[in-house]
Amino acid sequence: MVKQLVAVFLAAILTENYVLSKFLGICPFLGVSKKVNTALGMSAAVTFVMVLSTAVTYPIYENILVPFGLEYLQTIVFILVIAGLVQLVEIILKKYMPPLYNSLGIYLPLITTNCAVLGVTMLVLEKAAADPSYTYVTALVNSFGAGIGFLVAMVVFAGVRGRLETADIPNSLKGLPITLVSASLVSVSFLGFAGLVEGMMG
Amino acid sequence: MNEILIAVLVVGAIGLVVAVVLSFASVFFAVPVDERVEKLTEALPGANCGACGYSGCSGYAQALSKGEAKPGACPVGGEAVAAELAAILGVEAQSQARTTARVMCSGSCDNTGKRINYKGITSCSAANQILGGGGKCSYGCIGLGDCVSECEYGAIKVCNGVAMVNESLCRSCKKCVLACPKGLIEIVPVRSAAVLCSNHDKGVQTKDLCSIGCIGCMKCQKVCEHGAIKVDNFKASVDPQRCTLCGKCAEVCPKGVIKAAAPQ
Repeated sequence: MVKQLVAVFLAAILTENYVLSKFLGICPFLGVSKKVNTALGMSAAVTFVMVLSTAVTYPIYENILVPFGLEYLQTIVFILVIAGLVQLVEIILKKYMPPLYNSLGIYLPLITTNCAVLGVTMLVLEKAAADPSYTYVTALVNSFGAGIGFLVAMVVFAGVRGRLETADIPNSLKGLPITLVSASLVSVSFLGFAGLVEGMMG
Repeated sequence: MNEILIAVLVVGAIGLVVAVVLSFASVFFAVPVDERVEKLTEALPGANCGACGYSGCSGYAQALSKGEAKPGACPVGGEAVAAELAAILGVEAQSQARTTARVMCSGSCDNTGKRINYKGITSCSAANQILGGGGKCSYGCIGLGDCVSECEYGAIKVCNGVAMVNESLCRSCKKCVLACPKGLIEIVPVRSAAVLCSNHDKGVQTKDLCSIGCIGCMKCQKVCEHGAIKVDNFKASVDPQRCTLCGKCAEVCPKGVIKAAAPQ
């Protein structure tokens, strides 16, 4: 059981990295990765929202959508629930944790319709349908791992971009082109982790 | 038909639950917001210069609404803004002595000369890296206009090799103070005398460098009835709090470096 959770967690970070392997959540990955500080703030908010939305959408899917035969509505329902949830979290943070709200505040509304968050909640259900040993707890660990994977990708890429600042880049590649080229190289480097987790745990 | 109805009802119900929870949350967890903050922020000039001592205009507006700050701390807005802020807060406006930036150097091309012929980047901070700029006096204005480019109000001009502040345009935002690599610019009340020199060399040396430099002769210190002028380290400086702008110091100064004219 614990072994499976660790494997799921590591796989979510390294082999199934949502940004670098599944190419979800690319806009914050490119937009907020200029500085390590903001990258960390954004990733923390994403991780938090990912776990929270999986915790809520999983039971909704199992207990409401499946009995009514409405699986095909999961995208629209999940967006609705995640958006409401993020708003709720924002209101509560504003009241009880103003410092945290001030540091996460600008990122929270951005995450409301982040595809990585929606992707995690939906892919987790796909996996649960395929694997009977995949439980609610596994889903939560998976989404937490996905968030940490997002954080790793953001921080690694923020470092790469820091180096780009001082690099001598050809004029035609300056700005977004070189950013996309380096993003693809970082993504290719994560391919090297394929099979690593199975090899370690298998 | 039935399927569509169920789908609509289920999604509608989920939406309703989310809406109800959110509206309850927004009531229960409402944070009281001081409505004056918005008005105060609007009344402020929006320069975000930080001259008031707070992090930008919104920071000052928040401090005002909490009663931590008083209207009148905004030098950019001046008295008009202070009165507006006071009206929003419902308190009386306190008049504050108008301040201005002053360049504490009179070393124009006529008064002092060049030591090296600097031909590098036209920036004071760059020139300052090379033996402290091109002028004879190592304390004096380099005259390449770092303060001019920093000023948002067009109040500074370099005339004849030395920066001059147009005191009627200056809003005391302190940006030039930070820009000057020699630290020559000070924010002082408009109605005060000023020794427009920053040279701390001994009198004999100063004489060689600049025809108008303060030589620390102590005449002004002796003549001042209010103890407003002190000579320290071979240079006189004015305490604006004590200065009454009587003009006696300017009369006795053998170099004519003290300006004590009332503003027009």
